Amino acid sequence: MNYSWLSDPFYQEYLWTGFVNTLWLVAVSATAGLALAVLTALARLRGPRPIAWLASAYVTVIRGTPLLVQLFFFYYGVGRLMEGVPGLRESWFWPIVREPFFFGALTFTLSVGAYSGEIFRGAMQSVPAGELEAGRAFGLSPWQILYRLWLPRAFQIGLPSLTGEMILLLKSVPLVSTIAVMDLLQAANIVRDETFLVYEPLLLITGIYLAIVILLTLVMRTVERSFPGVRATQGRWLPMRRL
Amino acid sequence: MKSKLLLVTATLTALMATSFQAQAEDPIQVGISGEPYPPFTYKASSGEWTGFEVDLAFAICEQMGRTCEISPTGWSGIIPSLNDGRIDLIMNSMSITEQRQEVIDFSIPYYFTPGAYVAAADRDLDIPDGLDGLVLGVQAATTNASYARRALRDSGVNIRIYDQAEQVNADLLSGRLDVILADQIAMAQFIEREEASAFEIKDTAPRHEAYGEGIGIGLRQDDDALERDLNAAVRTVIDNGTCGRLSEEYLGTDVCVYE
Repeated sequence: MNYSWLSDPFYQEYLWTGFVNTLWLVAVSATAGLALAVLTALARLRGPRPIAWLASAYVTVIRGTPLLVQLFFFYYGVGRLMEGVPGLRESWFWPIVREPFFFGALTFTLSVGAYSGEIFRGAMQSVPAGELEAGRAFGLSPWQILYRLWLPRAFQIGLPSLTGEMILLLKSVPLVSTIAVMDLLQAANIVRDETFLVYEPLLLITGIYLAIVILLTLVMRTVERSFPGVRATQGRWLPMRRL
Repeated sequence: MKSKLLLVTATLTALMATSFQAQAEDPIQVGISGEPYPPFTYKASSGEWTGFEVDLAFAICEQMGRTCEISPTGWSGIIPSLNDGRIDLIMNSMSITEQRQEVIDFSIPYYFTPGAYVAAADRDLDIPDGLDGLVLGVQAATTNASYARRALRDSGVNIRIYDQAEQVNADLLSGRLDVILADQIAMAQFIEREEASAFEIKDTAPRHEAYGEGIGIGLRQDDDALERDLNAAVRTVIDNGTCGRLSEEYLGTDVCVYE
């Protein structure tokens, strides 16, 4: 095991950039993706028929095609189409869409939206009807029931599965090294190309990924536990009020 | 009785011929890869080997006053073939590397392809000072990628690393890259494409350790006389312009190594 390259500020810089880019990509895609997931779940459960149908088609297409193919489709397919758009290169939009990071975030957002959308749909359906009826009995408006009762409860029920989705998202990030984003894998590849060491840089980024996943799991567990009053999974179908 | 004598004579002659293999009248076996490597070595429609390095090999042999034969060999076993004596030279775009120099010798480099910078023809590009703030694309695990990362790290250029050469080209065409750095021969062919008509080669990278020494002719380490003749002949065909002419003809650009 030869880790002498770690002291080279040149490689440190690449690894740091890769680390930061990885975290940014996860943060952006998770935030935008979860928002999209809520909309998708709502559209499928309560939307008018054309919108429900559209949401279900979106979920089918995204879940039915490989993530790497989607990434290439958006980056190279849409990228080639952009050549023909007049005035695009002069517009404010151009500095964003010329970055491969944008396409990585876009693809991952759509992916999280579809997968987590289905988790969210299931979670929303698992919220006992009685709780929503109770809300109605208290005189809450449908909107209040949605954002004060239904969504928080669904979020709580779906949280363990959503944690899994976030971990999968983090581990999808190395795919963006194929569209020239400097992520951890690309940084490791640079070390490999120049020092001819294969395992050492890979082991290093494996450790980094593992550390991020452990940290993420711990944070999510804290979030799960900090939901007020109820425990989601205790071998009971109906949540129990903590005394 | 007579026939027996003839047989003995024939055997003796054959033996003598083998033992004096290196004599001037025997053709030099120029080893190339059996798999075509156009435009360096490939088979013409007539079935004869041709290409930049084939023509250059004949020019070098003519300069040495020797006859040469092209001898196709499997690429992976070409160095053992040389050391076993089945071929006398290796001339098929073999880079001079330290690892190879442990087992064979090389002539002086006869060609070298540096990286070429390609950008839109209407862009004024001063390299390396004008690279600040631009986005440069290179292919991963190439000498150009190493060069860009090492030599251009202080220029302020933003380097993007791609898996495949065609991805780099595509992003230059779509405008997501301002400039690319890739092999000169590949780039000379790339800008010939209709879709790349608005792009041109702006400059070539200077010689740098990342690129190695160039391409040399491989030969056995004990063939000192041949090495001397060969180096002189290579120098001559380069200096008299033969190499440059062949390079322009086959590769569309002059890649010969001038002093």
